[in-house]
Amino acid sequence: MSSHVDRAGAASKPEGSPGLRSGRRALGDIQARYGALIALAVLLVFNVAVTPHFLSIQTLTVNLTQICTIVIVGIGMTFVIGTGGIDLSVGSLMAIAGAFAPIFFTGTLLPGAPVWVDVACGVVFPMLLVGVLGLFNGWLVSSFRIQPIIATLILFIAGRGIAQVWTNGNTQVFDVPEFQALALGRVAGIPFQVWIMLALVAIAAWVLHKTAFGRQVLAVGGNEPAARLSGIPVRRVKCIVYAISGLCSGLAGLIVIAMNAASDAGQVGRGMELDAIAAVAVGGTLLSGGRATVIGTLIGATTIQLVRYTLLANGVPDAAALIAKAAIIVLAVWLQRQRRA
Amino acid sequence: MTQTLPLLRMTGIEKRFGLATALAGASLEVMPGEVMGLIGQNGAGKSTLIKVLNGFNSHDAGEIAFAGAPWAATSPQTAQRNGISTIFQEINLIPQASVVENIFLGRETRNALGFLSWKAMEKGARTLIAEFGLEIDVKAPLSRYSTAIQQMVAIVRAVSFEARLVIMDESTSSLDQAEVAVLFATIRRLKARGVAVVFVSHKLDELYEICDRITVMRDGRTVAVSPVSDMNKLTLVATMLGRDLSEVRAQGATAFSAGSAPLGPEILSVNRLAVGPRVSDASLSVRKGEIVGLAGLLGSGRTETVRVIFGADTRDDGDIRFHDKPVSFSEPAQAIASGMGFCSEDRKHEGIIPGMTIRDNLTLALLPKLARLGVVDKARQREIVDRFIADLGIKCTGPEQPIGELSGGNQQKVLLARWLCMNPDLVIFDEPTRGIDVGAKAEIQKLIRRLADDGVSVLMISSEIEEILEGADRTFVLREGKTVGSFDRAEATEPVLLDAMAHGADA
Repeated sequence: MSSHVDRAGAASKPEGSPGLRSGRRALGDIQARYGALIALAVLLVFNVAVTPHFLSIQTLTVNLTQICTIVIVGIGMTFVIGTGGIDLSVGSLMAIAGAFAPIFFTGTLLPGAPVWVDVACGVVFPMLLVGVLGLFNGWLVSSFRIQPIIATLILFIAGRGIAQVWTNGNTQVFDVPEFQALALGRVAGIPFQVWIMLALVAIAAWVLHKTAFGRQVLAVGGNEPAARLSGIPVRRVKCIVYAISGLCSGLAGLIVIAMNAASDAGQVGRGMELDAIAAVAVGGTLLSGGRATVIGTLIGATTIQLVRYTLLANGVPDAAALIAKAAIIVLAVWLQRQRRA
Repeated sequence: MTQTLPLLRMTGIEKRFGLATALAGASLEVMPGEVMGLIGQNGAGKSTLIKVLNGFNSHDAGEIAFAGAPWAATSPQTAQRNGISTIFQEINLIPQASVVENIFLGRETRNALGFLSWKAMEKGARTLIAEFGLEIDVKAPLSRYSTAIQQMVAIVRAVSFEARLVIMDESTSSLDQAEVAVLFATIRRLKARGVAVVFVSHKLDELYEICDRITVMRDGRTVAVSPVSDMNKLTLVATMLGRDLSEVRAQGATAFSAGSAPLGPEILSVNRLAVGPRVSDASLSVRKGEIVGLAGLLGSGRTETVRVIFGADTRDDGDIRFHDKPVSFSEPAQAIASGMGFCSEDRKHEGIIPGMTIRDNLTLALLPKLARLGVVDKARQREIVDRFIADLGIKCTGPEQPIGELSGGNQQKVLLARWLCMNPDLVIFDEPTRGIDVGAKAEIQKLIRRLADDGVSVLMISSEIEEILEGADRTFVLREGKTVGSFDRAEATEPVLLDAMAHGADA
């Protein structure tokens, strides 16, 4: 229906002046694209004025640490949603990575190896494992045309089960400061995990905008049959985005256990899928695919976190903050609809 | 006409979308029981006028009177309840639901207890459907039937709403000739019941066959209203384009001309292809620099045949040779890599990526070649896009404009450029000018000829017989999945091709 309106509107002005209709659309665009950013700015101003001790490294660090894993998982989710899919398995994949890594820290697997080998193995192999599991999701979605919500539901359910069976349901405690530096180390006063997050956001945004693969992701999400007829390897693109989502989840899982110096397969990454999807949606990525923004996901996660922080810092209980979180998501969806109308 | 009052009178309708003027003094008058044709180029304001009438859009100025009273519909639903039903280009029924459910959706018959009374509804549906000469199972899901039947169901639904005016927006664009005949029979039945019809179409023959009068729109205005008998096709086209009559006459019905370059060796040959239930024995060949037409009625297996050649579907039997080598593509990517391009008939669902820019749409197939180590070379991309926008005369605000905002003709040019920038050896066009206004159509046709003159081979499906007659150097005719004839330019005349399509002449 809207394409009809567009066609009439665009064609009646063939000499190409943008016109007020596109002016109004542009306003909707600004709302949708920068809505989260504007909300973020408002929150910051409010907090500076109202919340005591808001402008401190402490506040910054607390908030950034809170969103780190959400954003890292959100990056992978942004790619998946960009193709028109969804990945519900991220939280369970985090748990699997978290359950796998401590094996390398007990010293029994690689006796006598220097600690950096343990740490390297403890990072690389769990990530590879969940990367492969992500690939499995992509394989289900692309080769068998299973709806992504169902395909990833398999590992959402089974994944955490696997992690818990593996660890016999025990919390694995370890003491490897070199590994824990992943989360707790600081560079220039900012936690190392925050630097990892920022670097990944930058890389992912660059991949999405500057590489052929990034364009292909959005083409698949925008119109899959057209993408296939244009020679885009649709199946490969889908497999890769789910693998990316798996790798991101793996890294996030490692950061969580590094922060806690312990791994509880029942708890690592619990509820992460919804937090990540919320961040992606609030950030302005179209949930039906075809348009995605990684920077938006960062802003989305930050906004949600800051609302929660603002409420908590001003004495509103956490349960009430959940309601505010839902309100933001409703607002974000409303803005997206404005843009399409 | 006697002194009867018009059923609908729209006068001085103005509508602006922001700064863009969609309608500037449009008018439309329809008598009871009259079939009024509405024609104009894309962007002339036909769709907007209809949307103003059925309440989808509001209007800024002008008056509308329907059945003697002022008309103010606020949505297509209220319009439908008050006597004006619209049958859209894309049928807005529910494919999974049954025919009965679709007809009675929103005002189901209930029994005394308030439960749905399926028996009564089925009976009502059968009666209505029989009235229109249809023989279908009303309990079957709508999706089981062809587009034509689905449209008929939409019309039956409109009639069951006691519609006094039915608007058909490009209803025939996806129908074959037999289905069009059924639709026209339905329109005549509507007429006999005193129901008026506004019939929007790009196809002149259809307008002349079914309409009593024609309203011509251009640039948001109504520029002519005339009984069909008083306006010949040439005058109509000239009025629609706002051009001189002699200018149109000089150009012929299409912008195609015979090729100038000598034809080279055979580049593609397809032998005894079989695909699913639709294609059983299709053979054709294309030489270098040749435009080969593929004619046949809808459902004759034309699209299925070319989709297999391009690797979009898999074949059951037969050989395909491309560049003198047997090929068997399982993915379009392989066909593209070996030098083919394919413009699908369904521009919206298989062509454009609506949210993406012209730049991204144009270079979609070229992306791997534009990338160095996976990174898109922006400068080269920009240079290619700018060149094709200028070369093909794509009307846009710039390469960053979303393709969804362009007119159909300009979208098609972008899709054409998507293949041209690949330097292909063979481009397959499936209905290259469907749903495109007359001006842009001529440009596309010229571009296709220019392509062939540059040595590119073209395989073109078209339902417009003039396009085949004037455009193709050679024509293959498919009938019920079999190649029934091949004709050189000199042999191919309208009666010959129509006869082959309808009866299967000997080659």
